[in-house]
Amino acid sequence: MRRYLSFRDFDWPLLGLVLILCAISVLEIYSATLHTKYAGFHSKQLYWICGGIVLMFVMSKIDYHRLLDVIWWVYGFCLVSLVAVKLVGTKVLGARRWIKLGPMHFQPSEWVKLVLIVMVAHYFANLGGRRLTWGDIFKAMGLVGIPMLLVLLQPDLGTALTYTPILLAGLFLGGIHWKQAAILGTVGLLAVVGVWSSGKVLKPYQKARLTSFLKPDDDPKGAGYQIRQSLIAVGSGGVWGKGAEQGSQTQGDFLPIPHADFIFAAFSEEHGFTGAFLVLLLYFVILMRLIQNAQTAADMSGSLLVMGVVAVLTFQIAVNVGMVIGFMPVTGIPLPLMSYGGSSVLFTFLALGVVMNVRMRRFVN
Amino acid sequence: MASERGNRVNRDEKLPMLKLTVVQYGILVMMLVLTAGLWRLQVLGGDSWRVLAEQNRIRKVPVLAARGKLLDRDGRLLVDNYPSVSCFLVREQNRNIDNDLPLIAKGLNLDLEQLRATLHRYRLAPGYQPIPIKQDISPDEQAFIEAHRNELPELETIDEERRLYPRDGFAAHLIGYVGEVSEEMLNNAAYAYYEPGDVVGMAGVEKTYDELLRGQDGSMDVIVDSHGREVGRRGIQLATPGQDLKLTIDNDVQRAAELALGDANGAVVAMDPRNGEILALVSHPSYDPNAFAVRIGRAEWSKLVTDPNHPLMNKAIQDQLAPGSTFKIIMSVAGMQEGVVQNMHVSCAGGGTFFGHFFKCDKHHGVLSVHEAIPLSCDTFFYAVAERLGIDTIAKYATQLGIGSKTGIDLPNEMAGIMPSTQWKMKNYHEKWYAGEAISVGIGQGAVAVTPLQLVRALSGIASNGHLVRPHVVDPGQLKPEFRQAVLDSFPGMGERQVELNSDTWMTATEGMAAATTTGTAAAAHLDGIDFAGKTGTAQVVGGGDTHTKGGARTPNAWFVGMVPRRNPEFAVVVLQEHGDWGAGSAKLAAQVVTAYVNKKRKQENNLLLQADKTPKPVEMGALWSTPETPAGRNAAGHQAGMGGGRFLVAADARPVRAKSNLAAGPRFVYPALGAKDAAKIEKVKGYPKNPSVPEKGREKPDAIALAALPERYRGVVSGGGR
Repeated sequence: MRRYLSFRDFDWPLLGLVLILCAISVLEIYSATLHTKYAGFHSKQLYWICGGIVLMFVMSKIDYHRLLDVIWWVYGFCLVSLVAVKLVGTKVLGARRWIKLGPMHFQPSEWVKLVLIVMVAHYFANLGGRRLTWGDIFKAMGLVGIPMLLVLLQPDLGTALTYTPILLAGLFLGGIHWKQAAILGTVGLLAVVGVWSSGKVLKPYQKARLTSFLKPDDDPKGAGYQIRQSLIAVGSGGVWGKGAEQGSQTQGDFLPIPHADFIFAAFSEEHGFTGAFLVLLLYFVILMRLIQNAQTAADMSGSLLVMGVVAVLTFQIAVNVGMVIGFMPVTGIPLPLMSYGGSSVLFTFLALGVVMNVRMRRFVN
Repeated sequence: MASERGNRVNRDEKLPMLKLTVVQYGILVMMLVLTAGLWRLQVLGGDSWRVLAEQNRIRKVPVLAARGKLLDRDGRLLVDNYPSVSCFLVREQNRNIDNDLPLIAKGLNLDLEQLRATLHRYRLAPGYQPIPIKQDISPDEQAFIEAHRNELPELETIDEERRLYPRDGFAAHLIGYVGEVSEEMLNNAAYAYYEPGDVVGMAGVEKTYDELLRGQDGSMDVIVDSHGREVGRRGIQLATPGQDLKLTIDNDVQRAAELALGDANGAVVAMDPRNGEILALVSHPSYDPNAFAVRIGRAEWSKLVTDPNHPLMNKAIQDQLAPGSTFKIIMSVAGMQEGVVQNMHVSCAGGGTFFGHFFKCDKHHGVLSVHEAIPLSCDTFFYAVAERLGIDTIAKYATQLGIGSKTGIDLPNEMAGIMPSTQWKMKNYHEKWYAGEAISVGIGQGAVAVTPLQLVRALSGIASNGHLVRPHVVDPGQLKPEFRQAVLDSFPGMGERQVELNSDTWMTATEGMAAATTTGTAAAAHLDGIDFAGKTGTAQVVGGGDTHTKGGARTPNAWFVGMVPRRNPEFAVVVLQEHGDWGAGSAKLAAQVVTAYVNKKRKQENNLLLQADKTPKPVEMGALWSTPETPAGRNAAGHQAGMGGGRFLVAADARPVRAKSNLAAGPRFVYPALGAKDAAKIEKVKGYPKNPSVPEKGREKPDAIALAALPERYRGVVSGGGR
């Protein structure tokens, strides 16, 4: 019997934490774009956030079981859109990632993340937590691998990589045996080494981007430039930061795209270790809150949905912050809830909508 | 197969809690790692990153000091500065600049190889130091730099003040020019102050007084963005502009001298023989110093260097030529001082035979004394004088008068000229001097060589009763004492010197020169109403012989040294026309300069406004008196009995009164308004010699103290004697 659904069950503390991060994001975008041609992007971001909140509420109203039931159709449509973008997409900076619908540009690879979260949740829920066979594993890899390959061909390495944590989380929570995991890990490692040394799959600039973080001073004007400027920005922020609108790296346009991919560097420069730590703490609390929602979910599919979202967000935070502080290569992965960008904001809120959805239905069944 | 099962999701299973806890811990570890990374960067490494951030945005830009202006003696602007933009290359940005060079060279209209060479020169300079690559860029080139801010962020423009020299090479050799300090100069300890790219005086006043003119550059920190665009400034340390210098040059006289010399190759120097101030200094052909103010092109430079007329040479102080007949004044002085010439009479029959050789003269002058020989410039007479004196006596007097040594003018690279002597020949040629060689020296030929400046200093010095000055082009009054001394030290030369001349020597030489411009060789240059004296010289050049073919390289050099007034001149001028044929022609040019000077002076004297502020000068008065014979043979003051004469200085505003004198001899004027100390000035200056040909040294002694108290120009004999 279905219980009466109330917004009392909505995760208001989670929304509160998320909105604090969004406020920080808007303020930092304002500061970082103040004297640039991007000035005013903070208000655009505000519109995206408002739209995202609306989408989140809409998403939370649709029973996630419905979503899971129709996922094969959605998945099929997803593949079609990815093929379409390869054929008719708008080319920006050498990559076809965008599809133009009326006045809006869409980046289908961003939605694919959400679809894959649902797809993987659906797949492993149906396996029912039994021990995975190699067949199950390869099927799961295929489900994620096909859209991933299409995105890689765009080429968009960064977004393609965000699909892997969805798969990994699914495998881990879905019941992979540690022996299987060890074998898969070894094979994966060998595959990575093979792909890297074959020199055919990855374009040289992608390789350069992936390795330059190790030695940013080798090519300070080329691939290492962004990392170097980012490190200078974060490092020079010190403990207390230079103050809002005072970051010389951010304001002097040394930091690349300080309102999007490198917003955490801009924030760290202007607000120092104190500010950066608080933001990381917020992320941690949000992630913990999400996992709590996964624990209280009514069934395995709900838990898997929430954990898919956790996997993607965790991966993005780790890679983006890691990139900013020189632990990770520059991959163009945005920081969820902080980086400017409509697709990213809408995805995050839709994903949160899914989480809310699961939470509101935790007592159902 | 999966579609049946897959279309509806399994709602029965629950996720194991343990796995979620594992994920939680995993996330915690990740967060800790990220926090540790932030801690390492921001807390532990903050300071060093802050330095890098500062280097990123701060660019040190020099604020160039404007060079001091040059003014003429009346304060009229001679050399000014104008605002200009220079292009610098900044290497800090770590870009691979080599790849950009072709584009830079094209946009700035530079030679690519030359640009590479410029960068090479700066390879050892510290990275923060901008490299000047083009000065005085055009608006087009400025637009190019602006348009390529993103592609070529290393290009930087700097506003600076650039030298603006008079056009057409006006006074170019005197003023000199500036240029970028060269690598050889930088290796020289004397240029330790300079850094590559600095502008330094290369010639003339610009070089001598560079230390005062250059000022002190400042600097400022320009805050830039990643495209090199300026977004702010801070820490501006203003430049200290160089000191303005007042030259002794008189623009009007200089212009007259430039015009007088015209297209001729040669030099004109006008000087105040009382103090050595150079009023005009011209050397032709000239060059345009503005071409040096921006870096001079190679073609232009080689044209200047290879020009057979040596436009870069300052002929006024560097051209060493035979003085020709102008040397006869020095010969006369030597002869008179030695007591040889006074009663000498020589018969000129178009020349004379000396030491077995016939030496030619221009004309048949007949029998003449020194008084005719100077104005008529008779060679035969001076051959005879040279024969009587011998080379070493000639050399003794000529050397005293500055021939063969630098004058010590405050301009770089002055030449010393040559005064031959037996010693000189032995030292330089390891040969004995043949007595016959002195004959041609007697008329300023042979080995003797002088610079125009030397000549005018010597001859005007003779006219000033042996007072030789140190010529200078910058009024030393405006210099700090230590710098004045530094200039004196770095330009060693004879400097100021008093040569003791007998009064009849002085009279003979000056009267002879005065006659030259009235009845003598320079009669055509006679100036009515101006006491203009001078001496022509027509100096044969090596291999030229006697030929007077105008314009050729074998044509004699034409000299003239003139002065006003004839004794104690206040203005002297020398004109040298290389291959100018006759000295009489140079005399006409000199007359033009003299006329310009005298006219200007008369205008000023008639200008009551100008005169109003001047303190009246003391007036000189002459007097004659007799000293009665006393039984003791000498009077109380120790003067010999007889006729006495002297000069007095009378202050113009004081009424002289007869005063009781405590000295027994000589009428004295005492001024009640002045104290006893001033009365000492109103001393008898010099006794009138009884017998001009025999100087009585003892008689001059009582006047020695009075002499010292008076300006040198007033030392002298009351006119009327000397012939």
